[in-house]
Amino acid sequence: MVMPQHTQSISRRTFLAGTVGTGLVMSLGTVLPGCSREEAASDIAAGGASKIFSPAVWFEIGSDGHVLVNIAKAEMGQHVGTALARIVADELGADWGKVSIRHVDSDPKWGYMVTGGSWSLWTSFTMLSQAGAAGRTVLVDAGAKLLGVEPSACNATGGEVVAGDKRISFADIVAKGDISRTFSAEELAAMPVKPAAERQLIGKATRALDIPAKSNGTALYGLDAELPGMVYAHPMIPPTRYGSTIRSIDDTAAKDIPGYVQTLALNDPSNVIQGWAVVVAENFPSAMKAAAAVKVDWEAGPTAGVSEADILAEGAKLAADPASGALVVNDGDVAAARASAAKNHTATYTTSTALHFTLEPQNALVEYVDGVFHIHAGNQWQSLILPALAQALAVPETNIVIHQYYLGGGFGRRLFGDQMIPAALAARELGRPVKLVFEREDDSRFDCARSASVARFDASFDDKGALTGIEHAAAAGWPTLAMASGFLADGVDGNGKFDPFAVSGADHWYTLPNHRVRAINNDLAQRTFLPGWLRAVGSGWIGWGVECFMDELAAMTGEDPVAFRLARLDAAGKNAGSAPNAVGGAARLAAALRDVAERSGWGKELPDGEGMGVAVSHGQERGMPTWTACVAHVAVDAASKKVTVKKIWQTIDCGTVVHPDGAMAQAEGATLWGLSLALHEGTAIADGQVKDRNLNTYTPLRMADVPELDIRFMPSTEFPVGMGEPPLIAVPPAVGNAVFAATGKRIRDLPIRL
Amino acid sequence: MIQFNLNGQTVTSESPPDTPLLWVIRDELKLKGTKFGCGIAQCGACTVHLDGTAVRSCVTLLAVAEGRSITTIEGLESPEGKALQSAWVEEQVPQCGYCQSGQIMQAASLLASTPNPGDREINAAMNGNLCRCMAYPRIRKAIKRAAAGGEA
Repeated sequence: MVMPQHTQSISRRTFLAGTVGTGLVMSLGTVLPGCSREEAASDIAAGGASKIFSPAVWFEIGSDGHVLVNIAKAEMGQHVGTALARIVADELGADWGKVSIRHVDSDPKWGYMVTGGSWSLWTSFTMLSQAGAAGRTVLVDAGAKLLGVEPSACNATGGEVVAGDKRISFADIVAKGDISRTFSAEELAAMPVKPAAERQLIGKATRALDIPAKSNGTALYGLDAELPGMVYAHPMIPPTRYGSTIRSIDDTAAKDIPGYVQTLALNDPSNVIQGWAVVVAENFPSAMKAAAAVKVDWEAGPTAGVSEADILAEGAKLAADPASGALVVNDGDVAAARASAAKNHTATYTTSTALHFTLEPQNALVEYVDGVFHIHAGNQWQSLILPALAQALAVPETNIVIHQYYLGGGFGRRLFGDQMIPAALAARELGRPVKLVFEREDDSRFDCARSASVARFDASFDDKGALTGIEHAAAAGWPTLAMASGFLADGVDGNGKFDPFAVSGADHWYTLPNHRVRAINNDLAQRTFLPGWLRAVGSGWIGWGVECFMDELAAMTGEDPVAFRLARLDAAGKNAGSAPNAVGGAARLAAALRDVAERSGWGKELPDGEGMGVAVSHGQERGMPTWTACVAHVAVDAASKKVTVKKIWQTIDCGTVVHPDGAMAQAEGATLWGLSLALHEGTAIADGQVKDRNLNTYTPLRMADVPELDIRFMPSTEFPVGMGEPPLIAVPPAVGNAVFAATGKRIRDLPIRL
Repeated sequence: MIQFNLNGQTVTSESPPDTPLLWVIRDELKLKGTKFGCGIAQCGACTVHLDGTAVRSCVTLLAVAEGRSITTIEGLESPEGKALQSAWVEEQVPQCGYCQSGQIMQAASLLASTPNPGDREINAAMNGNLCRCMAYPRIRKAIKRAAAGGEA
């Protein structure tokens, strides 16, 4: 893909498969964790008429035999189109050399559109396998007829239908055969797919289809989109996310700047943006100059004085209040364990505010023509922003089309396309296409940052020193409450709701006799900024506390941290796992842990000032466990206290690996993201907004900071689960635990500072 | 009106002389391979060659380019540049890809002056180029592959 195509014309001789009215609903039953198929359907129905179950066309085969696979997922570095097309092509028996992909726009026929949660392969695998298998069935039937043989005598492979020494290409079948068959939802759901042993593409080495264009400068991102007659808009970001209002705008000083057009105050009926203005100019350099010259006087919103310390203090207060929050886990009787405890141990872990800092700044190009808003921007969750856009613009969702581009980094930032709203409002007002471009500092101020978090742990021990229970209270700003409240989960005792993505990882796979988890919304964080889904989301901060605290408990009981974990990864009771996603349960996590311990030489003697730390994770959510175990080897300089990570080992079991090199790339990137969040990244809320807004003070990991990496995937043919985020999670606690091993100092605040 | 050589061709710009070269290249001359990242010369996404040396075009003013030669990713025809682009594919370097034009331009500048860089030299040359996807291990491998004439 260089430029996504925005229209599709299907010729009469184009062969369609997977055109099933309810195919998407079936897939969606697995898209939404903890949601039944019926609930998922009703959620979507409630989301707007455009989400009704239009037929979806996942691939097309032309009369030249070319297979075009339509990709409804955002490409932001995970080479998702390659992996999805491999699934289709494998089942189809296609010639991979004749397969290409197309990233599609937000037409309702694609169904519910989201690229997040490390869900893409997990939610698409069965649907695309069955669509491919249905296509193969049609090709084999039609090919057999043309060859004059029985379908049962035929195989589809390498883009041909083959029966003994007779063969016919897909091209000839499409050109000459009867390919008119369609499938009902039931037929598609019952379509058998290949056993793993017969796969020809899945799990085999291949190159990503998007990489050549990304190596020669021709790949097009949202920022690169242009339209004739467009003007540029530069945001004027108010002093608070919520509640700021514009008192006056003085653009006197901008009027002499060539190319300056005007400054426009925006009114957003959806209230996603509040107190905004945009400076409009004929080119972007003029827009930047004018933005620096225009004076906007705001009445700041009520959170203009809020600091990081205020937010952490609020979190600590809430975590200490036993009545706060909603119950996520309530196994056994933690209160009784505490009442009868011979000893208790309490610790509080925090993480600081962190930025997405996608290298492509936020942008959107919007053209309003014939009553339709055409929005050009890379986006991860079209189905989330379309209703907000419809409300902001007071038009039906059917009058809005989001055209997809490559994303210059997603990491969860582009799950919320809020930047589209001011661009669309301005485009309608000005009657010209508007290209809204954020400078970096504005991108940071408008980021939906990862919320600061506070986690309080309270462990009970009996008189023999054995661990009897853990209570975990986790407080943070909740992205899902802010942006997608329909996805909040109910407390396990029926009381209250919580953001499942902001507490994921607390419901871990260790067997504990008594275990209680409370998820608490930090209301001050929620009011001050828009908490976002940052790569690995809640698991990314929850894992920090859970796995460092496990290390503390191991140290207290005098047990080896690996042995202490293995003893509790016994796959008993609720941790036994179940098909299809969690076959083997905690036993697979234990196997990954044993593997990483062995490969890293766990327990070996190290020089003074060095240490190894271990941590595990089940990935993004219990319902889709990606089993990861991590060991970090650090050296801490006694004088400077500088932490140097020498090597990181990871063992990952994500079931079937569809695109091995792509999965490895995600594992490498996510591992280094984990390290970056452990040592290099972190900002603070100051005066109601993020303090560090550019690379002069926000300092993600660089080339020279990269340690040796040794990453292994467990061989598996189990159902494929997520890969984009899970390898991040165990890295920060493994590093923190290694620092403890090296220095005896327990670090409880992220980023790590000695 | 300012005249300079862009990828081997003489071009003129109508923009004011204090315009950052990045926007002239991207928006006026329509070469979109050079990217905007931070605007303060700290991410390297906007890296181009000025008379063969890597510079950050977001802070290089148009006036500086007058009468000189600018090379962007679209015009990278040097042997080391070609070797790098091919190594980028061989090593499957890019993830989101947004920084990669700048990474390749920076690496081409490195190889032009240091044909066989070691880790320390690679770190020194490449540390100013942020890869937000953190594809650094592969960037390093690809530079070494290109330096070795395409051999891994």
